[in-house]
Amino acid sequence: MKKTDRLIEAALAGDKLSIARMISLVERGDDQAGRILEKIYPQSGGAYYIGITGPPGAGKSTIVDRLIHLFCVNGYSVGVIAIDPSSPFTGGSLLGDRIRINRDAFKEDVFFRSMSAGRVMGGLSRTAKDASRILDACGKEIVIMETVGVGQSELDIAQATDTIMVVVVPESGDNIQTLKAGLMEIGDIFAVNKSDRAGAEDMASSIKAMLDLAPLKMDWHPSVFLTAATLNQGVDELYEGLWNHYRHLRKEDRLKLRRKNQLRSELVRKVDEIVFESLRDRMNRDENLDLLLEDIWSKKTDIYTAARNIADQWKAGASGKHGHTDEMS
Amino acid sequence: MAKLGLDIHWRGVLLVSQFLKDAGMEVIYIGNKFPEQIVEAAIEEDADVVGVSTLSGNHLTLGPKVVELLKAQGMETVKVFMGGVIPPNHIPILKGKGIHEVFGPDTPMQTIIDGIKTAILGTDPPTG
Repeated sequence: MKKTDRLIEAALAGDKLSIARMISLVERGDDQAGRILEKIYPQSGGAYYIGITGPPGAGKSTIVDRLIHLFCVNGYSVGVIAIDPSSPFTGGSLLGDRIRINRDAFKEDVFFRSMSAGRVMGGLSRTAKDASRILDACGKEIVIMETVGVGQSELDIAQATDTIMVVVVPESGDNIQTLKAGLMEIGDIFAVNKSDRAGAEDMASSIKAMLDLAPLKMDWHPSVFLTAATLNQGVDELYEGLWNHYRHLRKEDRLKLRRKNQLRSELVRKVDEIVFESLRDRMNRDENLDLLLEDIWSKKTDIYTAARNIADQWKAGASGKHGHTDEMS
Repeated sequence: MAKLGLDIHWRGVLLVSQFLKDAGMEVIYIGNKFPEQIVEAAIEEDADVVGVSTLSGNHLTLGPKVVELLKAQGMETVKVFMGGVIPPNHIPILKGKGIHEVFGPDTPMQTIIDGIKTAILGTDPPTG
């Protein structure tokens, strides 16, 4: 316990090693993880959370690198969680988001952490948010969550951040149609990267046209930028665009409202997870499960009734007797 | 996993990285980086092991530098492995300076995987 408290203290004071170890403990679902998260929560909330997503190969990492530079040059401390949502077969992963990051080591106030499904015990998106909160609590003023837009990942990131930036590249042929519908709906800011390629202007126009037809979220009309991150073009404007959205959110309590809605969803999900784990645990330990499965297979009962029975039993157990505790009271 | 300094030979380190991933490890490939950047990455990612690849002759200067910096940052439990084209008579020198193991060009992949696994599991991971 004491060791953990000292770790938390050191991390909150900004010690990189302690911060890194704390994130690892949370990733592993260590016994101390809950205590850590409870202690850092009150210190969190001050940072500006930016989500960056898009299809693979769009240049997100390069854009993140440029944005980090700009934030640092302007005096902000930055935390980054780079998420690889690819589902591991062997539990292993190969993460390459750091390749594009070029920094003067130990000189800039930046903390960059990669995160993959293999190393994380619980849900990846949830753990990424926990790690982001840690960076926030430990002094980072800007927290960037970067993820490839596959599966649900971009939706999860949208739920965890204040601004969502979607990075795309000019495609040949059908521009907009090749984009996942979800990406179009969640973006507050769009960056058409690799704009030195042909079709960039068209892509930007198509996006703008689609956005014109969409209803506004919190009175914000999403902005579209043309960038060529490797050539350092358009990034200053993109950077300004982020602050524009932030300023917009700060007015009329929009940021508060957005975050409160996100908290509500997060709370429901967390309770869901706790309940699900307890239920699944119980089911896995049930010796009669195989017999029940045989009955379902041979149609003596059906899967729907079986599921309902299990759930009812669990509900009754939860509100009724508590096994050994009864004997002790 | 990093390529030491300016060496541009990428095939070896990437191949090893793929195999380590298939063996169940989380591998963070950081490309060409100098010792300071490698150590900063090792800290932020809370690495158990650092692997550096070099085929250009900079191993005696930059390799031990990584070990030195890790120690200075309080990460002395992190083991450093080196791979690439390294003259066999330099290996004892490197080990003397703290490089845990050196894998030459003909090293079987399983030897590398086993070597790293033993290094990680051999010592108790730092708790809390």
